[in-house]
Amino acid sequence: MSTVQTAEGPTPAPASMTPEMKKAVRRTGWVRRAPLMPALIFAILVTQLPFLLTIFYSLQSWNLVRPGSSEFVGLDNYINVFADSTFRGAALRTILITGGCVLIAMLFGVLLAILLDRPFRGRGVVRTLLITPFLVMPVAGALLWKTTIFDPLFGLLNFVLSPFGVDSVAWVSQYPMAAVITALVWQWTPFMMLLVLAGLQSQGKDVLEASATDGANRWQTFRWVTLPHLRRYIELGLLLGSIYVVNTFDTIYMMTQGGPGTSTTNLPFYLYQRAFLGFDVGQAAALGVVTVIGTIIVATVAMRLIFRSFSREDS
Amino acid sequence: MNASTELTSRPRPAESRSGAPAGRRKQTGAQRAGGIALTTLTWVLGLAFFFPVLWMALTGFKSEAEAYSDPPTLFFVPTLEQYRSVFDRGVLPYLLNSVWATLISAILVIVLATPAAYALSIKPVKRTQDVLFFFISTKMLPVAAVIVPLYVAAQQLSLADNIWTLVVLYTAMNLPIAVWMMRSFFMEVPKEMLEAARVDGATLPQMLRQVLMPVVLPGVAATALICLIFSWNEFFFAVNLTAARAATVPVFLVGFITSEGLYWAQLSAAATLASLPVILAGWAAQKQLVRGLSMGAVK
Amino acid sequence: MSISERRSPGRRGPARVVAALLTVPVLLGACAGAGDLGSSGDRTRLTVAIVANPQMEDAMTLSSQFRAANPDIDPVFVSLPENEARAKITASVATGGSEYDIVMISNYETQMWAENGWLVNLQPYIDDNPEYDDADFIPTIRESLSYEGDMYSVPFYGESSFLVYREDLFEEAGLTMPEQPTWTEIAEFASVLDDPANGRSGICLRGLAGWGENLAPLGTVIHTFGGRWFDEEWNAALDSPETAAAVQFYVDLVREHGQPGAATSGYTDCLTRYSQGQTAMWYDATAMVSAVEDPSESLVAGQSGYAPAPVQETDGAGWLYSWSLSIPETSEHKDEAWRFIQWVTDKDYQRLVGEELGWSRVPPGARLSTYEIPEYAEVAGAFAEPTLRALASGDESNPTTLPIPYEGIQFVRIPEFQDLGTRVGQQISAAVAGSVTVEEALEQSQRYAETVGQTYQG
Repeated sequence: MSTVQTAEGPTPAPASMTPEMKKAVRRTGWVRRAPLMPALIFAILVTQLPFLLTIFYSLQSWNLVRPGSSEFVGLDNYINVFADSTFRGAALRTILITGGCVLIAMLFGVLLAILLDRPFRGRGVVRTLLITPFLVMPVAGALLWKTTIFDPLFGLLNFVLSPFGVDSVAWVSQYPMAAVITALVWQWTPFMMLLVLAGLQSQGKDVLEASATDGANRWQTFRWVTLPHLRRYIELGLLLGSIYVVNTFDTIYMMTQGGPGTSTTNLPFYLYQRAFLGFDVGQAAALGVVTVIGTIIVATVAMRLIFRSFSREDS
Repeated sequence: MNASTELTSRPRPAESRSGAPAGRRKQTGAQRAGGIALTTLTWVLGLAFFFPVLWMALTGFKSEAEAYSDPPTLFFVPTLEQYRSVFDRGVLPYLLNSVWATLISAILVIVLATPAAYALSIKPVKRTQDVLFFFISTKMLPVAAVIVPLYVAAQQLSLADNIWTLVVLYTAMNLPIAVWMMRSFFMEVPKEMLEAARVDGATLPQMLRQVLMPVVLPGVAATALICLIFSWNEFFFAVNLTAARAATVPVFLVGFITSEGLYWAQLSAAATLASLPVILAGWAAQKQLVRGLSMGAVK
Repeated sequence: MSISERRSPGRRGPARVVAALLTVPVLLGACAGAGDLGSSGDRTRLTVAIVANPQMEDAMTLSSQFRAANPDIDPVFVSLPENEARAKITASVATGGSEYDIVMISNYETQMWAENGWLVNLQPYIDDNPEYDDADFIPTIRESLSYEGDMYSVPFYGESSFLVYREDLFEEAGLTMPEQPTWTEIAEFASVLDDPANGRSGICLRGLAGWGENLAPLGTVIHTFGGRWFDEEWNAALDSPETAAAVQFYVDLVREHGQPGAATSGYTDCLTRYSQGQTAMWYDATAMVSAVEDPSESLVAGQSGYAPAPVQETDGAGWLYSWSLSIPETSEHKDEAWRFIQWVTDKDYQRLVGEELGWSRVPPGARLSTYEIPEYAEVAGAFAEPTLRALASGDESNPTTLPIPYEGIQFVRIPEFQDLGTRVGQQISAAVAGSVTVEEALEQSQRYAETVGQTYQG
C-alpha cells in the first residue's frame, strides 16, 4: 500500500530511485492504469481513427458523384477552405448561436433555480414541468417551435400578439437567428437550472444564517455568498452546455435548413451539406479537419480556464 | 489523499427538502405577499416552459383540420385517430431499435466508465487531468466533421444500416461525460470506509461490491439516465448511417415530414410518442438527475 | 459483513431506479431480437428508399396487396423528406452501398447514373413483359428517363408546372386569364389581387432555398426570360442581363405581392396558403391538383382555373419532373425488385388506387392511359388537359432562346448541380428575405457557377 501511496500524485518518480524501485513503480503504475485502459482505448479507436481517415481524405480530390475522380491533391482543399466565405460565416454563426444560447439559458437557469430553491406549494410539480423541455426529443422540439409557435398563419405567437397589432409575422424567416436561439434556449434552460439548483442546494445553510446575522440583506447575501459558491456550477453549466450546443444540428436542420440564405448555417450543418449535398469528399474532409483544429484551440483555452478555476479552489 | 481532504473540508448537506430557512421564523404581511407573488411567478414560468409540450400532446389528439386553424382550436373532441395511424405506419420496429441502441450503449458506457472513473479517482493515475481533458476533448470534436469517413468506412465494412454501428458511436459519444460524472461520484467515497474494509480483510471484489457500489450506485443511475437521454434523442448519426434495418425513432419522426401535405396532428402524435419514454424516465428520476449533476460540478 | 447490513435504507431508492431503468429496456430489447426492423423469415426482403409524399404513402398502404400476391417478397420502405432521401440515396448508390434494392430517383439523376453504370438497365425487363406497355408512358417523361434509348428508371408519377388561380377572384376583379399568360401580365394581376388587409397575397412563389425548392420555379423563369446557367463554352452566365432581369423580376414579384415569410416557404407552405384561400395565384408543380381539388383538405376546391406556365421570351416554360423507381447495380435481388417496380408502375396499379382510395389519388403524369380512364377523367376534368399539355411541351434540350451546353429546364443535368443549385438557391432566398440585393446574390452565385464551369472546360 505504501508504494502505491508514494506513486500517487502528478509528480514523476524521483531520479534517485534504484532501477528495481522504478520497475516496481512502473508495474504498480500499470496495475492502477489497467482499469482505465478499456475506456481509453475505446475512445481513442472510435474518435481518433475517423479523424485520421478524415485527414487522409482531405488530401484527396474525390467527388462521390463523379466516379474515377479520386486523386491526391495535397493541400489544395485547404486553400479552398480558407477562401470560402461561407465557412467563415458559419464559424462565426456557430459562436453566436452557442454563446447566445448558453448565456441566455444560464441567465434563465439561475433565475428559475433561485425561484425553485424556496419552499412553496407544488414545488416538485413546477420542477417537473420545468425540466421537460430538456427531455423532449430535439427533433420534435424544433418542429414544435417552427410549426405551432412561429408559423406566420397558424402559429400561437402571432395569435397571442395579434391584440398588439402584430400579425402574420414570419418569425423563422424574418428573425431566423432569434428563432433558432429561442428554441435552443428553451431546450437548454432546464439543464442549466438543474445544475444551478444542485449548487444552491449544496450550499450550507449555516453560511447563509451567518450572513443574515451579520446584517446583510438578501441581495448582499446572494451577491457575496451565494454567487461565489455557484460560480463553479455556472462554469460547469456553461462548459457542458457549450459542448453540446456547438454541435447543434437537429434544430437547424428542422427549423431553417440553414436559411434563409445561409443566415443560420452553423458549422455542423455546413459540414453536413458539404458532405451530403456537395458530395465533395475531399473538401468536406478538409473543412472537417480545419473545424476540429479550430475547436481544439478554442476548447483548450476554455478548458484550461475552467480547470484552473477548479484546481485553484481545490488547493 | 488530496481527494479525501477535499471531501472532509466540504460537507455536502442533504437536499433541502425539509426547507424552513432561518428567515422564515417571523413573517411580516409584506413578506407573505412577496412570497405569494414569487410563488405565482414561479408557477407562471413553469407553465410557460411546459406549455409547448402540452400543446404538442394536445395537438396529437386533434384532427388535421383542427391542428391547422386560425385562431387555434382550444376545445375539441379528442380523437385517437392520429395515434392509430402512427402505429399503422409501423413505429414499433423503430422504437425497438431505439431501445436497443440506447440500452446497449448505456450498459457499455457504464461498463467502460466505471473502472476508468475508479482508476482516476480512488487510485489516481499520473496525469489524471490530462486523461480527463482528453476524454472531454473528444466530446468537443464536431461529429459532423468525421461523418464522411464514418459513412464511407461503414459502407466498405458493410456496417452501414447496422444497429451496432449506432451502439458503438453512442457509447463513444456518452463515454466522456460518463467518465467525468462517475469520477466525481467515486471521489465522494470516504477513504476511511475503504481503509476499514481493508482492515477487515475484504478482497478487492468484496470492496467493490460492499463498499463502493452502494455509495456509487446513485451516480450510476444518474449517469445511465443522462446517457439514455442523449442516445434516445440522437439524430445526426441515426439519420445518416441507417436505412431500413437500424433506423431509430427520430428518423421515423422525420419520415413524417412529407414535402406535400398537412400532417401536423399526426406528426404531433408521433413526436409525443417518441419523446414519452425519456420524459417519463426523466420525471421519475429527476432527483438522481439533480444529484448527479451536482456531484459532477463539485470536482 | 453482509451486503444488506452495509446498505442504509436510503441507498435502496437509487438502486431500484437503476434496476428499473435498465431492466425495462432489457425486456423490450429482448423482444426486439437483434433490433432488426421486421424479420422476413424465408421471404426476400426488399429495401425500398422513397421520398415521403402522399402518393408513395398510398403505395405503402397498398403494398399489402403486393405482399398477398407475392408471398415470397417482403418490401420494406424507408421514407424520408426529399432532401434527406436524395442525400442518402445518392451517397449509397455512389459508394456502392447495398442497403437499397429499389431507389426513388428522378429524371435529374437517371441518365447520369445510368452513364456511370450505377443502375440496372430496365429495358430487358420491360421487353419481357409486353403487357407492361412502356409506350404508354408520357413520351417526354419516358425520354428523360432513358439513356441510349433504354429506360433505367420507370416513372411513378410525372409532373410539369403550371399556374393555378382563383377564378372567383379574377371574376370579382374583372380580370381574364389569357390562354398563354406572360410573366408581365401575371405581375399585373398579382398587384391587383394582392390584399394584405384580408390576409391574401397576390401570388405564392417558393422562396425556400434548395435546387428542388425555389430554383425549380425560378429556373423556368430564368430560362423563359432568355437567361441561362452556362454559355456554350461552359462560362457561367448568371450575371448576364437576361438572367439578372429574370431573378430581379422573381424577387420583386414575391417581395411586393407574394406571401409573408416567402424566404422560408416551399411547396408545402404555398399549398397550405392556396388551399386555405390565402393567395390568389400560385405557380408550381402540376402535382398540386390532387390536394387543391380535394374538398377535405382545401377550402377552394372547384374554384380554380389552370393556365400554362407563364412565359416571357420563349413559347413554353413548364418544367419536366418525374419521381421514378430504379434498381441499383449493387442490389442482390434485382428480379424481385423489378417485380415490385412493375406492380407499382403498371396500369393495374392506377386502377387499384382509384378503386381502393379514390380516383383523385391516382399518381398523375406517368401514363397516357391514366387520362383515358373515365372515372379519372371525371375527377380530373379541370386539370387533366392542362397537365397533359404542360407535360407534352417540356423540352429539356432547348429550354431557353440561347444555345446551352447542358440539358434540363428547372435544373442543369450535371452532378454538381445539386450543390450549385442549393448554394444559388440560398443566395436567392437571402435576396427574397431582403438581407442581400439581387446583384449581390447573383455576383456570389456567378462565382459558384464559375468554379463548376471550369471543371467542364479543361
